[in-house]
Amino acid sequence: MSTDLLQTPLHALHAELGARMVPFAGYAMPVQYPAGILAEHRWCRDSAALFDVSHMGQLQLRGEDAAAALESLLPQAIIDLDLGKQRYAFFTNPQGGLLDDLMVTCRADHLFLVVNAGRKAEDTRHLITHIGHRCNVVPLPGQALLALQGPKAVLALVRLNPSIATLAFMTGGDFELAGTDCFVTRSGYTGEDGFEISVPGAQAERLARALLAQAEVRPAGLGARDTLRLEAGLCLYGHDIDERTTPVEAGLAWAIQKVRRPGGARAGHYPGANVIEGQLSLGSAVKRVGLTGLERVPVREGCAIVDSRGHSLGRVTSGTLGPTVHEPVAMAYLAANHAGLQHEVYAEVRGKRLPMRVTPMPFTPHRYHR
Amino acid sequence: MTTKFTADHEWINIDNQEAAVVGITLHAQDALGDVVFVELPEVGSHFAQGEVAGVVESVKAAADIFMPVSGEVVEVNEALRADPALANTDPMGEGWFFKLKASDRAQFDALMDSPGYHDLLKTL
Repeated sequence: MSTDLLQTPLHALHAELGARMVPFAGYAMPVQYPAGILAEHRWCRDSAALFDVSHMGQLQLRGEDAAAALESLLPQAIIDLDLGKQRYAFFTNPQGGLLDDLMVTCRADHLFLVVNAGRKAEDTRHLITHIGHRCNVVPLPGQALLALQGPKAVLALVRLNPSIATLAFMTGGDFELAGTDCFVTRSGYTGEDGFEISVPGAQAERLARALLAQAEVRPAGLGARDTLRLEAGLCLYGHDIDERTTPVEAGLAWAIQKVRRPGGARAGHYPGANVIEGQLSLGSAVKRVGLTGLERVPVREGCAIVDSRGHSLGRVTSGTLGPTVHEPVAMAYLAANHAGLQHEVYAEVRGKRLPMRVTPMPFTPHRYHR
Repeated sequence: MTTKFTADHEWINIDNQEAAVVGITLHAQDALGDVVFVELPEVGSHFAQGEVAGVVESVKAAADIFMPVSGEVVEVNEALRADPALANTDPMGEGWFFKLKASDRAQFDALMDSPGYHDLLKTL
């Protein structure tokens, strides 16, 4: 492993656990542990998996004007986000494309942002450039981030602090865990109930060990994280969404609250609003859809999707053999008139045309705590 | 030595010259991770040494299976097709991919033997 790669505070623990490390967004990250991706994925859906996601960017926006300032960069409602509430959001560019997707949580004296590892430098620059004069942009490079995901995550976490059970889905709060003050949200990237725990880097290993000591908890790497989020129909920035995809094309218009849409009290006034508003009313020419393979051959990112006559319809942006659904599942952008549910299309794999059907996402039901 | 190895981390066992058995090595399955899909060649097809005869796919990636020596595919492992995980649990045994009838025995003799393959692994 190159010594140029950054390390998270759990690096030594990963080595001790026998992790296979790979470079990801400039960090050495565990792609899997000895159990393997399939076992880690299934353990998450059956029990509780612990992921080190400390490579992701954590930031605070401080100041009275922070929420209004942030609204000038994204189409989400932040000003009226209640204390403790968390929201899925995305930065847009003047063409209506996506610069990143992120989570925003309203805390007592600041907004807490979690952004993708591969975009954290760009996002920080973007925030400072555009709203640095309206609020303080405070990166938190010393914080680690652990994700504990699965139906038994709450059982394990409650042993460390019983009041965790009071957290509702998409809310966050301060909790002491293993002797350390942490900020915990009940959310995640797997479709399961789970928690994301922001903890000072110096305490991260102790907390991770305390969690791994629970019978329900096993470590899981980025390989399982990818298969889990894909089955859950969740986008991966840089693959399913990027600067050339709008939120409407990506099927993410649900994340634009009514107050920020045409007719709402705080409509528009974010980059690309005119493009996005046009698509909100007229639809988009392409749409991100879920595809399920009718033959048991994995269909991966980059595969061409064609109709029965071989005419190009689009391209796969993510795909795998879903370990829970036991079928090939994929996301692709298709021309809108081919994006109807149950529509049959073909994936070109190694010179063959494999039949696939447009199916709803998530491919496996979400089991959020509601 | 009836089992030989290729630089692509495949093994071939020629105990039965009419049906030499081909599979991937322990190292290969470990490097791949969990195998989720295999594409096996058609019985009766002919390939030259080094041609792509099949594919083995793990969760993260697809890798080609190369013909270790020229010949005709005489049998494929249907059990592996049905349960690709056999390539991980028993790559040198039950996880065999296909059997071939070699057209040139000299090609087999030129492949690495077990100590040679293990020397290769040390360099990786």
